[in-house]
Amino acid sequence: MNFLDQIWLIPLFPLFGAALMLLLGKKLDPQPVSEVAIAPGVEPIYDEHHHHEHHHDHHHDQGHAHDHAQEHGHGGRHAASPLKKLINIICPGMVLLSFIFSAVAVWQLAQQPVRVHQVIKFTWIAGLPFHMANGHLANFTVDWGFLLDPLSSVMILVVTGIGFLIHVYSTGYMAHDNGYYRFFGYLNLFVFFMLMLVLANNYALLFVGWEGVGLCSYLLIGFYFHKKSAGDAGKKAFVVNRVGDAGFVMGMLLMLSVLGTVKFTEVKAALASFTPETTGFGILSIMALLLFFGATGKSAQFPLYVWLPDAMEGPTPVSALIHAATMVTAGVYMVARSAALFQLTPSTSTVVAVVGAFTAILAATIALVQNDIKRVLAYSTVSQLGYMFLALGVGAYWVAIFHLFTHAFFKALLFLDSGSVIHAMSGEQDMRRMGGLKDKIPITYWTMFIGSVAIAGIPGLAGFFSKDEILWQAYSSPQGSQILWFVGLATAGLTAFYMWRLMNLTFYGKSRVAPEVAAHIHESPAAMTVPLILLAAGSVFGGWLGVPKLWTIFGESWRGFESWLAPAFAAAAAEAAKEGEHSASTEWVLMGLSVAVAIIGITVARYFYHHKPEIPDSIEKAVKPLHALLYNKWYVDEIYDFLFVNGLCKGGGLLLGSFDRNVVDGGVNGAGWLTRFAATVSMWWDTWIVDGTVRFTAFFVKMLSYPVCILQSGRVQTYAFFVVVGVLVAFGYYAVR
Amino acid sequence: MHPITTVHYLALSAALLLIGTVGVLTRRNIVIILMSIELILNAVNINLVAFSHAAGQVQGQIFAIFVIVDAVAEAAVGLGILIALFRNKETVLADEIDLLKW
Repeated sequence: MNFLDQIWLIPLFPLFGAALMLLLGKKLDPQPVSEVAIAPGVEPIYDEHHHHEHHHDHHHDQGHAHDHAQEHGHGGRHAASPLKKLINIICPGMVLLSFIFSAVAVWQLAQQPVRVHQVIKFTWIAGLPFHMANGHLANFTVDWGFLLDPLSSVMILVVTGIGFLIHVYSTGYMAHDNGYYRFFGYLNLFVFFMLMLVLANNYALLFVGWEGVGLCSYLLIGFYFHKKSAGDAGKKAFVVNRVGDAGFVMGMLLMLSVLGTVKFTEVKAALASFTPETTGFGILSIMALLLFFGATGKSAQFPLYVWLPDAMEGPTPVSALIHAATMVTAGVYMVARSAALFQLTPSTSTVVAVVGAFTAILAATIALVQNDIKRVLAYSTVSQLGYMFLALGVGAYWVAIFHLFTHAFFKALLFLDSGSVIHAMSGEQDMRRMGGLKDKIPITYWTMFIGSVAIAGIPGLAGFFSKDEILWQAYSSPQGSQILWFVGLATAGLTAFYMWRLMNLTFYGKSRVAPEVAAHIHESPAAMTVPLILLAAGSVFGGWLGVPKLWTIFGESWRGFESWLAPAFAAAAAEAAKEGEHSASTEWVLMGLSVAVAIIGITVARYFYHHKPEIPDSIEKAVKPLHALLYNKWYVDEIYDFLFVNGLCKGGGLLLGSFDRNVVDGGVNGAGWLTRFAATVSMWWDTWIVDGTVRFTAFFVKMLSYPVCILQSGRVQTYAFFVVVGVLVAFGYYAVR
Repeated sequence: MHPITTVHYLALSAALLLIGTVGVLTRRNIVIILMSIELILNAVNINLVAFSHAAGQVQGQIFAIFVIVDAVAEAAVGLGILIALFRNKETVLADEIDLLKW
């Protein structure tokens, strides 16, 4: 069977699951979930919405159920309703089907001589003629077309593979939540849109997926919508993303105007006739800049990253799937997909690299001092995405995708581990109230250990290979520079430090756990630990697809990732060949430096938070303003609130208000006055002229008819009298004659 | 002893006609108006029979019988209307029933 021609089916599996859940889920789920939780022998499991204050806010069935369950709680297996079992099969099953389908399709793609396969199912927008900027007539056509090439094949494997593991994890993590079907419906819907995004063969269809994942992100961040902060976070994510999307749409329109098409293959062909804009910002640079602005929204880069940390209000599997592994990498994918454009625009590429590096170090500094375990990981994600953009900006597209690939493993792993910790801690997220969990939840500990080593950049694990390649490219690529490299290196040190701070606060040292929570610490069920172990394996071995060229003992087959992606970035590959100008010894030194920085970060964190816990406090006191600055995230949220939310929106609101009162209302009132005046005139005319005429006519007729009317008395005898008189007159006339 | 001639009949008939007409025009009670109409009809009947007798022909008498039948039907319809009227207006006085006017 030729799976390549059927790739359009890949997104449809999760869509089917989503449709089933969202259309029928409510009907199939008559009993509230809390009844299940009340059953004896149920583990008392709190997810993050079961904070202590939650019991007061939502004192009805849910909180009560958990109190009740707590009394009975002694680690039995939780009873799942038949419906839940069905959902547990359908929703992860659909993603698994997509994964298998994708894997086979990618395998078949690998057999093709030219590894690009396009399937156009049908036309969406058929031939709208319009004039391009150069005056030529073009036809705007958009197909429901699917493109499988090396780049999108990496993406679909990541999305479906890691998506499947996170689905499985969710069956354990969400087991005691209301709205089970809703959660899985949204999750499947997300996978559908994400697959549309990466399989689209044109920017317009990509944008459909782009907006769709944004919608699912919004829905899932606000999954605990009864919590105000969750609803606000969802809105924030949505609004901030729309700001970026405006850039994307404008970039797309500019592309239509200049190139006349939004189809990837045609765009690439059209761009071949342009020369690189080596100086300043030409039309292509602006186009690329607008697209990149869209990417900064979706992928949480500097001006627009503020929504991602707040997005941690969503359930942890959502943070892992959407806000770490897949959706936030959509911007990276999109820029990589536009590589042909960015290669022609070095100025914009520099902007991309600088923004990426700046975001990386900014987010890493914030992550240093956060106390919420998920927020540390959220800022870490922003930081790692910054690395990817740094790689994109210096023209190392395959490295960006490579880092996307490895990051998807270890960041999903870290998030799921943090979820497992939160699960064990009955909803506690503050690392100051953790500690010493190492032996109580060993699987979580060991997998998180692997994830942290991987992200810190210790040789042999996934993060090392991709991060080191990024640093090397930042240094050696023609568009790279030593400053970019140094920022990346510093970020690597900070990364190692904050990850080990997290590990120390959570797993080592003395327990600071509240006693009532400590009694219930337990390892997560197998549905959660098995995905953790698989992801940990990915975090260990995922990097070996892209071993540095420097390690000559490993043959070309160990660098499969680069050669697999090479056709997608043909021009970039040519650029990369130039890197030979730098000597191998430089690369060895740089590699050694980055490893050294990682080890220093780990050691310092270990020393600070394990051996001498008083040091961080004294440092914190010594540089209080700096700590406050970092703890409050450089006050970026406050600045945005001041400038945009309060300044622009409310100030603009005042301005609009006065405009509304004076001009709009004036116009409305004026129109109203005119209407009333016209109505008064009209009424006078109607009353006196029209009605007057009618009434006069009636009066006149009445006057004329009055003599006749009085004859008609209605009395029969009067009439009879007239008859008799008439007869007598008639007879009299004859008699007299 | 004078024989009864046609003139006598006609005189009786004229008297009845006069009484009936005055009754119809002056009495307020509809029952009496109907009775007066009967008088007028019977005046006609007497005329018909008188002339039939005088002419030695029988058609006039046959016609009188038709008139009697007609009078019965008319009385039946008239009284029926009267009862319906009484049910609605609770009166049998002709001058109080004056809806048919402008």
